[in-house]
Amino acid sequence: MAGLKIENLTKTFGGRKVIDHVSFEVYEGEFCILLGPSGCGKSTVLRLIAGLERQDGGGVYIGDREVSGLTPKERDIAMVFQSYALYPHLNVYENIAFPLKIRKMSRREIEKKVQAAAGLLGIDTMLRRKPKELSGGQRQRVAIGRAIVREPRLFLFDEPLSNLDAKLRSSMRVELAGLHKKLGITTIYVTHDQIEAMTLGQKIVVIDRGVIQQIGTPREVYDKPANLFTASFIGMPSINLIEGRLVKKGEEILFRSDDLEIPVARRDFERYVGGDVTSGIRPESLGPGEGPLAGRLEHIEHLGSETILYVKSGNMRITAKAGADFGGKVGEDISLSVNTMDIHFFLDGKRLDVARGAENDRGARTV
Amino acid sequence: MKERLEKAGFAVLTLFVVCLSLLPFLWFLDTSLKTRIDITAIPPAIVPSGSFHFYESAIENYNLLHFVKNSMIVAGASTLITILLSVFAGYALARLRMKYKGIIMGSFLLVSMFPQISIAGPVWKILQSFGWLNTYQGLVLPYVTLTLPLGIWITASFFRELPGELEDAAKIDGCGHVQTLFKVIIPLAAPGVFTAALLVFIYAWNEFFFALLIMTEKSYQTLPVGIALFQGQYTMPWGEIAAASTVATVPLVLLVFLFQRRIVRGLSAGAIKG
Repeated sequence: MAGLKIENLTKTFGGRKVIDHVSFEVYEGEFCILLGPSGCGKSTVLRLIAGLERQDGGGVYIGDREVSGLTPKERDIAMVFQSYALYPHLNVYENIAFPLKIRKMSRREIEKKVQAAAGLLGIDTMLRRKPKELSGGQRQRVAIGRAIVREPRLFLFDEPLSNLDAKLRSSMRVELAGLHKKLGITTIYVTHDQIEAMTLGQKIVVIDRGVIQQIGTPREVYDKPANLFTASFIGMPSINLIEGRLVKKGEEILFRSDDLEIPVARRDFERYVGGDVTSGIRPESLGPGEGPLAGRLEHIEHLGSETILYVKSGNMRITAKAGADFGGKVGEDISLSVNTMDIHFFLDGKRLDVARGAENDRGARTV
Repeated sequence: MKERLEKAGFAVLTLFVVCLSLLPFLWFLDTSLKTRIDITAIPPAIVPSGSFHFYESAIENYNLLHFVKNSMIVAGASTLITILLSVFAGYALARLRMKYKGIIMGSFLLVSMFPQISIAGPVWKILQSFGWLNTYQGLVLPYVTLTLPLGIWITASFFRELPGELEDAAKIDGCGHVQTLFKVIIPLAAPGVFTAALLVFIYAWNEFFFALLIMTEKSYQTLPVGIALFQGQYTMPWGEIAAASTVATVPLVLLVFLFQRRIVRGLSAGAIKG
């Protein structure tokens, strides 16, 4: 087991930069998520860590050792693929034993380790079956078994749950978290699913278009999105973005957009007055009640535990959250209260209260 | 009703085509089991007397088994060498990153399209300078050269079909290129490898022109040449030729039946999702 450090990783495919100076660090035993929309380069980062692709620039370090030029074999890592990638001509036992056999381990030791891994994953009763006789969830377990059986230095997951149905996915999520707790292996996990990212990750690296957008804990990424991309990518339903301008009215600083005026609860924004900014308000910071936002209810979704309101205000569409007992009807006028402390402001796409220096210290680069 | 008629028509047509292509084989099988008198009978006797006389004669008087041995050696060696080279070349062309893949594949195809007669002279010259005329390797070399494009094309196209993640998984699990090829790729592409092997074997087994050109000594001749030379200036041993032809056909039929299941079976089922 070891930590992982990536420095200025760059990769070009056919003249297109898919990875652009990506740097981040994962501590020993940490569960790190690479999160981004499909095609953002997160899987390429994983393949570069694994050694399945060769980078054009930058370095990969596992533990204290630079592994940039080494083959996957020499890097001593394990990987679980989206398609499971089980060997169809081998049965479950042989699949799990495969990496040990390649390493010329003794037959007795292999037997012991495979049994232990299979027991841990609850697949010890199906060792003689071929992959095609297994369900999706069972195949995924076998793939994980093949990865954990040789106690690698790093554990890589490439969207491992995206082929499973929703119910199985959430139970596997819990199991994966438990497995990580038990084994404590440094894990890099690629996903486009923000729920997986928020629930599994100790650290989230948000990537878009080959560039890191933000690095932080799930809470930080949600509560303090570093830029417009992270703000709009994370959160369901997504954040409301309203374009406007910061103005001063007497002593008070206001955010103004058309005839909407929201007081800004921050004195240190004085220097941004007059600037064109975008405000981001999460739906849960908006609710029915007295407030600056008013409009007409266009659509209502009852989710059981809460209610999602879609409101048309002027030419803006606003999403808000209400309790389960919300009684309004479509077509009615509604006024929304805003929790002004929870409004995010972005200037030129970047979060306003993030001190620029601190951002660079964490190795993040924003577009 | 219409559907039934269609089915019946299809069956009749199929039967007709099968009979048509099997007729020559059935005729010489029939002939090989006749006696010398049956063969020349007019009208021709359809039902053979079931004598193995011609087989015995072909073996005793015409050295049939010797030709069988030569054919086995030449076709077997050609197949082994071609397939070994094909899986390496096919893997490289299907999977490894290299320049000019298209041109390389295209030129293989081009080479295999030269008419044999146009290369016969140079091939003979080259073999003569090696001192390989009338040797097994003298025939194996051109066979390997001529069948290699086919072998590479078939294996490469089967390898290309395999999901790339399986190969990645093998690399992560600690395989080098050669281990990946032999432990993962070839077992999965077995149908393709068998198909290629079978086609190469059939080609080498049946080939006549080069065999005639290169093997002028009886002791090295293969079956097709041997059988063709059964007839003397004044003799036409029709029965022995039929018997030898049957013997020459049976191994191919057996091979196809033996490997049919392997060829048809989709081994890669269950590899990935779905």
